[in-house]
Parts: sequence; C-alpha cells; structure tokens
Amino acid sequence: MELTRRDTMAIGGAAALTAILPSLSSAAIPVNELIMGVTGGVDAASKGISLTAPEIAENGNTVPISIDAPGAVAITVMAAGNPRPAVATFNFGGGSASQSATTRIRLAGTQDVVAVAEMADGSFATAHQTVKVTIGGCGG
Amino acid sequence: MAKGVKARVKVPKTVDAGEIVTLKTLISHKMESGLRKDKDGNKIPQSIINRFTCAFNGNTVIDVKMAAAISTNPYFAFDAVVPEAGEFHFTWYDDDGSIYEEKKSVKIA
Repeated sequence: MELTRRDTMAIGGAAALTAILPSLSSAAIPVNELIMGVTGGVDAASKGISLTAPEIAENGNTVPISIDAPGAVAITVMAAGNPRPAVATFNFGGGSASQSATTRIRLAGTQDVVAVAEMADGSFATAHQTVKVTIGGCGG
Repeated sequence: MAKGVKARVKVPKTVDAGEIVTLKTLISHKMESGLRKDKDGNKIPQSIINRFTCAFNGNTVIDVKMAAAISTNPYFAFDAVVPEAGEFHFTWYDDDGSIYEEKKSVKIA
C-alpha cells in the first residue's frame, strides 16, 4: 500500500487521539476535592504558599519540587493524577528555620501537583501547578 | 530490612549561634511503590520509607510522612536554626519496621 499524505495524517491523528484518551479516562481526582480532603471542607486561600515544580519533567520518576509557606505548621503535597494521590506531609517543628522543603517525587503522567498548607491559626493555603511529564514514573 | 540502605546527610560542622543552616539528606532506598509488576505479572509488594524526622537536641525540625510517590533514594532539603552547639538526629522509618539513624554534631564557631 502506498502511503499518501492524507493517510499519514489520518494515522497520525488516530495515534494522537489514543495518546490523549487514556489520560482523560484515568479520571484524575479534581484538585478541589483533594484540597477539601485535607482542609476538611474549609476553603483555602491561594496566598501564602508557593510551590515550585518544573513545567516539563522529562522523567516522572524524579521530579524536584519545593514548597514554601511562611507560618505553616504542616504542608501536604498531593499529585492529582497519580494512582494514589498522597505524596507527603511535612510537619514543621520548633527547630525549623523556615517552613520550606525540597524533595523529589514521582508523577505517573502530566498532571497537577497540589500543596496545601495548614497555618498556625488554623487557616489553609493552597497552591498548585501543572507538570508535563514525558515518561511516567509509576511502572507499567 | 531493605538491602544496601545508606543514609547521607550534609550538615555544616561549625556555625554561628542562631544561624540558619540548610540541611540536605539522602538515603538510598528503592522505594518500591507497590504498583509495579514483575515478569510474571504479580504485583511487587510495597516497600518504602514511610516517615523521616529530623531533630536538633530533641527539638523537632521536620517530620515528614511519606507515601509511595516519593522518588527512589528519598532526598530532602530544609532549613534549621542552630541556637547552640548540639546534635542533629536524623531518623528514617522503613515499612518493614527497620529504623535508620544518622547523627551529626554541630559546634559553635
């Protein structure tokens, strides 16, 4: 069979569709729901916390992230599109100089990374960032 | 106990009193997520470090609850304040009950 330009386009289109579809059907948990799960239904402010993550991660197995929330007692990090969204919870004690930390996480695919900080006064702050992942980090 | 676990921490030897120091920790651990499958399609059971703590003279600096989404060889960097000479105590808790410890003493310059 001779491959015409039209055929090539059709094949390419189909391939692109199948590439997009799985990520849609895997039904990432809405970011809001994740935040509510941590705060217990209390609305979280979008100020007072910063989440630093790369826009594009070539390898989902080690994605460096930094969190910083001055005045927080705890920061929870979640990955909305992972099979299990929990990533880590940082609790800061009296010996900490700043409520910030850096670590490396696994991301199964392109998704939102969410951080929720619990402030000393009981309020919450949240930040999220979308990270594009070229190679997923959860096996399979 | 997971094989070949080695903890490494980076702590300055001498600091000024009240100085803020950035501590970096790395522990070699495969952090098996429990989602991978072996050649025969059987799930490899989860085996991760689920908690990491750092304290200075008994005063907690950071206490991290970890899930399987933390990368292989968990790395953490964070800031601590050093009010007096003493010792940083780092502890990692493995799923299998093992506890890995590392201690670093700090002098005041």
